Amino acid sequence: MSETGVPILSVDHVGVRFGGLVAIADLHFDVHPGEIVSLIGPNGAGKTTAFNVMTGFLKPSQGQVRFRGTGLEGLPPHEIVRLGLSRTFQRTSVFPDDTVFDNVMIGLHRRGRARLVDTLLGRDRAGEAALRERAQELLDWVGLSGRARDKAGSLAYGEQRLVGVALALATEPAMLLLDEPVSGMNASETQVFVRLIRSIRERGVTILLVEHDMPMVMEVSDRIVVLNYGRLIAEGPPAAIRSDPAVIEAYLGQGSAAREAAQAVRETTHA
Amino acid sequence: MTEFLQHLLNTLVLGGTYALLGIGLTLIFGIMNVVNFTHGALYTVGAYVMYLAVTALGLGFFAALPTAILGGLLLGAILDLALLRPLRGADMDTTMLVMIGAGIVLQSGTLWLFGGVAKSIPTPFPDAPLQLGGVSVSWLRLFVLSAALALIGLTYWLINRTRLGLAMRATFQDHDTAALMGVNVRLIYTATFAIGSSLAAAAGALLGPVYVVFPQMGGMAELKAFAIVILGGLGNVTGAAIGGFILALAEELGAGYISSGYRDAMGFLIIIAVLIFKPTGLFAKAERIG
Amino acid sequence: MNQHLPALALLAALVAVPLALGNEPYLLNALITTGIVTIAAMSLNLLLGFTGQLSLGHIAFFGIGAYVSALTSLGFDVEVFGGLRVVHEPWPPVVGFGLAVLATAACGYLVGRLSFRVRGAYFVIVTISFAEVVRLVALNWVELTQGPLALTGIPPFSLWLPGLGTTTLRTKLQNYYLVLVVGTLCYVLIARLVRSRFGRAMRGLKENESLALSVGINATRTLTLAAVISAAMAGAAGSLYAHYLRIIDPDVFLFSTTVTMVIMVVGGGKGTLLGPVVGGLIFGLLPVALRPVMVPEAQWMVFGLVLIVIQFVMPRGIVPGLVRFATRRRASAPASVPVEVRP
Repeated sequence: MSETGVPILSVDHVGVRFGGLVAIADLHFDVHPGEIVSLIGPNGAGKTTAFNVMTGFLKPSQGQVRFRGTGLEGLPPHEIVRLGLSRTFQRTSVFPDDTVFDNVMIGLHRRGRARLVDTLLGRDRAGEAALRERAQELLDWVGLSGRARDKAGSLAYGEQRLVGVALALATEPAMLLLDEPVSGMNASETQVFVRLIRSIRERGVTILLVEHDMPMVMEVSDRIVVLNYGRLIAEGPPAAIRSDPAVIEAYLGQGSAAREAAQAVRETTHA
Repeated sequence: MTEFLQHLLNTLVLGGTYALLGIGLTLIFGIMNVVNFTHGALYTVGAYVMYLAVTALGLGFFAALPTAILGGLLLGAILDLALLRPLRGADMDTTMLVMIGAGIVLQSGTLWLFGGVAKSIPTPFPDAPLQLGGVSVSWLRLFVLSAALALIGLTYWLINRTRLGLAMRATFQDHDTAALMGVNVRLIYTATFAIGSSLAAAAGALLGPVYVVFPQMGGMAELKAFAIVILGGLGNVTGAAIGGFILALAEELGAGYISSGYRDAMGFLIIIAVLIFKPTGLFAKAERIG
Repeated sequence: MNQHLPALALLAALVAVPLALGNEPYLLNALITTGIVTIAAMSLNLLLGFTGQLSLGHIAFFGIGAYVSALTSLGFDVEVFGGLRVVHEPWPPVVGFGLAVLATAACGYLVGRLSFRVRGAYFVIVTISFAEVVRLVALNWVELTQGPLALTGIPPFSLWLPGLGTTTLRTKLQNYYLVLVVGTLCYVLIARLVRSRFGRAMRGLKENESLALSVGINATRTLTLAAVISAAMAGAAGSLYAHYLRIIDPDVFLFSTTVTMVIMVVGGGKGTLLGPVVGGLIFGLLPVALRPVMVPEAQWMVFGLVLIVIQFVMPRGIVPGLVRFATRRRASAPASVPVEVRP
């Protein structure tokens, strides 16, 4: 996509240090409205840390993140969501003790605006009915209607990722950050998910994702940003990233799992 | 000025036993992540074992003290084996509730066995206090202070100079890694709980003769131990030792210069103030014990 | 509406109990005090069960409610700092009830704000400390509270009831129904609350705090609001207690009463609506059953053992156990509407 125009999200020379440990040295990139951008890199490259900075869970040691022109420094997570920037989580993406349906109802927190008095007097039936309708729509969208009454914690790992996406969509974001959304999914589930991502983008939501599944990343992304040791080492469309020597080097320098990923990067070249 | 010196002296005596209480509690929290709601009951048990050893068993004051400490050690080991070991891996609320239950059983049991009437423990020390300039201190209190300091020293030696202490420190750092390195973590937990309990019992056995012994004495002691541990930072042994003396000082000055009725309130005001202004305790982070 | 059936059946039984009992002052008294502590337990459940905050200073709200209500209806004349005298003429107990609710709500606000700064073990200890400070004030501010001599001669409630005119609630039977009405009201309020957007926010924070924040839930506001409502209900229970017993002393702040409430909530089923009610009735009336066979110390040992055993064999409590049993029996029948059914 074009590098011109006003970015929806700009990560402006962000650095994160924990004591002496550098998690992110200096990260600088933009995402433009309507793009699907992937943030990739070997394990420990600082990808999830970057997400945590963008969504207010971590304070950067330097630099700042701007979303739709607003600096996010000092904003708590629940206010960043209000600006239209939503995220999913890598590991714990559901409220495990509630049903899938109730998960989405919790996720619709920002939609319901009932006053406490009305709640206590039982005067908010219409609002609740509207929320339930919306929850059902969201479950249809991500394809989880069949599991609505199951405990979210009892779902398969891949399905829990989908609940996480439904929760993030419930906040009606302008931009969605997906943290390893297809981990735990098999190939056909991943294909379904790729279609879901595209349908989300078609509704005008910008997407930034962190993912290890290289074929998926190559297929879905407009642009890829590569991190290694907390530093940006490459940025460009999938075709350019595939053949970028620095990227291949970064993956080869890692352990066997990373070599497999590097292998996957090269295989997609021939795909 | 002499009045102030007298307060300082009282602070030292009280602070020594408070430090023992606090160190026991903070060790158990730091290593096992358990808020020990039996700590007060163990303090009471220590005092009653001391009482029984001196009166019923006729062991003599100086032999009764180690007996009380041993009693705390044994009871602590039993509590860990019976209640905490089966619950390892449960969340903190569960162990807290179980410990509250155990504390109630111990305290009500003491009340049932001994009745509510306060007992006093006879001591071999002369009644006449030692005069030092304008201040006076009883020989009993001097002994209590020395014994408390000796026990604090022993605990430090145990943590910093023995193989057991090394294993405890490793477990504190990271119990998974410690287990991988061959530390028997279950055993370390039992040892930690027993040692922490014995320190509570020691504090009870030392303060029992100074005041009187009664079944509810542990309730306030436990709340004070919480105050000390929060003051020093949960899991920080040195912090707890210093915290014990700070609490004693606050109580002495509060009782001396404000109102004796609010002596016991000092600890709670300290807790609330510390938590509002410096939630991690006064003494840095509890990155290591010892 | 069948989700409310167990609660309605229980309510009907509780309405009928005095009719079946006849004039049994001892049992009626046990039921009234049990009812009052059960209301406090229901309010504790809002924190302990629904937000997952282990507050062990809940008795402070109960006691403050009792003292505020008693002092409002008795009047006082104290000297505060700087020789300033504060004189208060007696007001009706109903006003005391209202002030008790407001005062404890304010205390709940403070504790709630604090709960966001300090979590876990720290929160538990700070709540216990708060209760202990309040107890020591009640014990030592003799001019206001009479200290250990107790506040005596607290007037009973007077209510204006349609058709009956103004009635002073002097009999046990009248007080029983007053407690039942207030208890039912609290139950309905809590039920509405936890099934609303606010209740979902509480559950979200308890189950997965990061995720809850990331869908826009304001943790500070939610936890503070829960603490305010919880404290106000405990204060209401304290006010009922003061005007029923008509004498209170600093022992209303004893930690053991908090423990009783915790056993009621945890035993009955924390985070369920009926749990604290069922637990409250069982553990409130247990002393009545144990009294002929054992001394109070032994009863307390039983309570302690119960608390331990619950954690080992029934960590989720009685009501969830029953619900699971019931749902397993009709597992084949598909349910109609996907709303949260939480008895």
